[in-house]
Amino acid sequence: MKKLINIVFALSSFIILSCNNTNTVTEEATAEPTVSAGGGQASVKDDESAKDVVKIAAGSKDHTTLVAAIKQADLVNSLSNAGPFTVFAPTNAAFDKVPKETLDNLMKNENKAQLQDILQYHVYVGSLKTEWMEDGQTFNQVNGGNITVTKKDGKVMINNTATVIASIPAANGIIHVIDAVLLPPSK
Amino acid sequence: MKVDYFKTHAVLILTFACLVSTQSCKPKTAQSAAGGDAAKAYVAPGKYDEFYNIVSGGFNGQVAVYGIPSGRLFRIIPVFSQSPESGYGFSEETKPMLNTSHGFVPWDDQHHIALSQTKGEHDGRWAFANGNNTPRIARIDLTTFRTSEILEIPNSAGNHASPFITENSEYVVAATRFSVPLDDQNGDVPINTYKQNFKGSISFISVSPTSGEMSISFQIRTPGVNFDLSRAGKGKSHGWFFFSCYNSEKANTLLEVNASQKDKDFVMAVNWKKAEEYLKAGKAKKQTVKYAHNVYDENTHTATSTIKNEVFVLDPAECPDMLYLIPCPKSPHGTDVDPTGEYIAASGKLAASIPVFSFTKIQKAIADKAFDGEYDGIPVIKYEAALHGEVVKPGLGPLHTEFDGQGNAYTSMFVSSEIVKWRISDLQVLDRVPTYYSIGHLSIPGGPTAKPHGKYVIAYNKITKDRYLPTGPELTQSAQVYDISGDKMKLILDFPTTGEPHYAEAIPASLLMNKQRKIYKIEENTHPYAAKGEGQAKVERKGNQVHVWMTAIRSHLTPDNIEGVKVGDEIYFHVTNLEQDWDVPHGFAMKGANNAEILVMPGETQTLKWVADKPGIIPFYCTDFCSALHQEMQGYLRVSPSGSNVALHFSTGTNKPAVSTPSGSAADSSAK
Repeated sequence: MKKLINIVFALSSFIILSCNNTNTVTEEATAEPTVSAGGGQASVKDDESAKDVVKIAAGSKDHTTLVAAIKQADLVNSLSNAGPFTVFAPTNAAFDKVPKETLDNLMKNENKAQLQDILQYHVYVGSLKTEWMEDGQTFNQVNGGNITVTKKDGKVMINNTATVIASIPAANGIIHVIDAVLLPPSK
Repeated sequence: MKVDYFKTHAVLILTFACLVSTQSCKPKTAQSAAGGDAAKAYVAPGKYDEFYNIVSGGFNGQVAVYGIPSGRLFRIIPVFSQSPESGYGFSEETKPMLNTSHGFVPWDDQHHIALSQTKGEHDGRWAFANGNNTPRIARIDLTTFRTSEILEIPNSAGNHASPFITENSEYVVAATRFSVPLDDQNGDVPINTYKQNFKGSISFISVSPTSGEMSISFQIRTPGVNFDLSRAGKGKSHGWFFFSCYNSEKANTLLEVNASQKDKDFVMAVNWKKAEEYLKAGKAKKQTVKYAHNVYDENTHTATSTIKNEVFVLDPAECPDMLYLIPCPKSPHGTDVDPTGEYIAASGKLAASIPVFSFTKIQKAIADKAFDGEYDGIPVIKYEAALHGEVVKPGLGPLHTEFDGQGNAYTSMFVSSEIVKWRISDLQVLDRVPTYYSIGHLSIPGGPTAKPHGKYVIAYNKITKDRYLPTGPELTQSAQVYDISGDKMKLILDFPTTGEPHYAEAIPASLLMNKQRKIYKIEENTHPYAAKGEGQAKVERKGNQVHVWMTAIRSHLTPDNIEGVKVGDEIYFHVTNLEQDWDVPHGFAMKGANNAEILVMPGETQTLKWVADKPGIIPFYCTDFCSALHQEMQGYLRVSPSGSNVALHFSTGTNKPAVSTPSGSAADSSAK
């Protein structure tokens, strides 16, 4: 577990601000004041603050699928907000357990609402440390569905299917890395 | 997003980093960020704005006044916080305004505004403002834009669900955010006895239709939940009030986790007409409490603070049919009533939908006893029985809803940082626009009334990262104005705000601008220390108190030479502004004053207390640029040692230069 945390931290420091080049060119070319991006909170340039849940996920090589999905679901700006958020973050290996066809379908534009529903089922508004969770406790997720926590011998599981394998504090909440994708209960 | 994207591991990190911030890759211009319609917010020099925007100041404790659509700031009205700029809360006359049962409380946290109404419409008389921290409600006179009255709320702790108003300004309400042991109980109890000892309280404060003066008519004792926000019914639902409640779990710690355990909290529906009947029938019990009522008199130019000692309380257990609870998803925040009074939109800030309740259905459910049990003895109406319908997945973190009078509602979404427009009838989402960033409240001119003026919606944002030139760790809050006259909302202006605005109301300029007070008539000034002409200027000693009846007029102070004051004396400068001319205040400041300056309006008298701490010459002067000779508007106070025999003496224009002696110092003509 420690190793994984280290990896996540190490990688999170490798985030590259994508648009430096463009902006540098603009600034050098004109004497105009810098123009606000207007693109949402995710595009705020800030290398000094602690990283938010999105930036941490984006810096993890184990969460590339999740980050791609967050992007596809238009949740990047929302998760860059003040929150606070608890994000249950399935690893790439966790996504690999989902049939590829299912995943590919979810990533299609016409299925965006379904993808949003699934991803929002992985997010709770509130910053939940595992020590605050109690065995049998339920939490109502952003999509409206409940998750149930089981806690045995220090091991925290969500819906009896996903184990929390690492917890990473973020500027706007906390990420719990999990080893399975959570599927919202059918309504 | 492509499928092969998942396979290409080598470039993943770079790619994702870019994807995450891909929006910043697009070159943006100020115009595209502002929606390209900024001309609609432009009010040319010399032209007036269409609306006054009366905006809460949050942690600055004051109320701000802006113009809409320009966003120009006109005034910060001192309300709950001392204002060294005007002397509010520093001058002897205004200190009593900030008196409470806890003594002098010079700050508060001001969240919500309610403008007075007649027949469900703005009447332009008063603005009410809540003090969240030390529970209070203030009334601001909209002819002077000054605080006229502050009433403390007993049995309350955190006056958040306040000061929402009924359609004829019969009542403003004050429901407590924190439930606590009641004021007449022993509050020295373990905190984890919350469920046994903590109670909620809703105050109904009557407003005099003529003077506007407030008085606590009655309180309703409630279960120990947290009250968040509220709206009065209107039209068909007039006579009812709706309050959002959270923490129905009655958690006393870590509410972040423990107050979100139940799937639903409540909207509390209060039949206040029924409560009035119970009050009239003598059902209310008198409770001993202590609270301050502070009123400013415009003739004496002085506030008086009165401590009151009792309040009448209705217990729902003895008053059936007065309270009902409607289940509402997860920690409802805004509970907003549409212009017809039929629909109540309750935004569960952690919920995935916005339930909209129907007043007609609520009435039918009550008649049919369509209840789902009770909560602390209060009937819980079945959710479906009260429900008009849900706005499904409107956005993330719905907070507050305003209405345009055209059948549409506009809800602020904190988490997804947007305004979502939806139709009340079929609950369909019609439009959404981003806000920059993290919107809290929003305001449509007349939005909470029966006749909204529509035209604009103003967003009040909490976060402004990258929107303005940065100013260190603390950045400004902001407001954004959207044109809502068409089908699509259009951002037309982005402006920084003072304090941290929460709720605001906007009112047509025509309702206020022609009835502004320009001066206080000097002949109506009944301040006991007023000098209503330079002939009345004088200085008198009463023990170690020295009272100066001073006048100010362009461009001198009378008296401007004062001698005979001794170390240890308390000097009261009662400054009367003799001007009878609009927009000519005079200021008064003393070197070394431990309080502030005072700004004195035309015809007004205000008093600055100053204590002489050491011998010497102390200058004083006018601080408000009043005239071409403003810089000449000054004087001197001579302070002598405590045992001195320098006689009390004052003058203007007659203290002629002394003849110098060979040693270089003049003879002291005033010493006898």
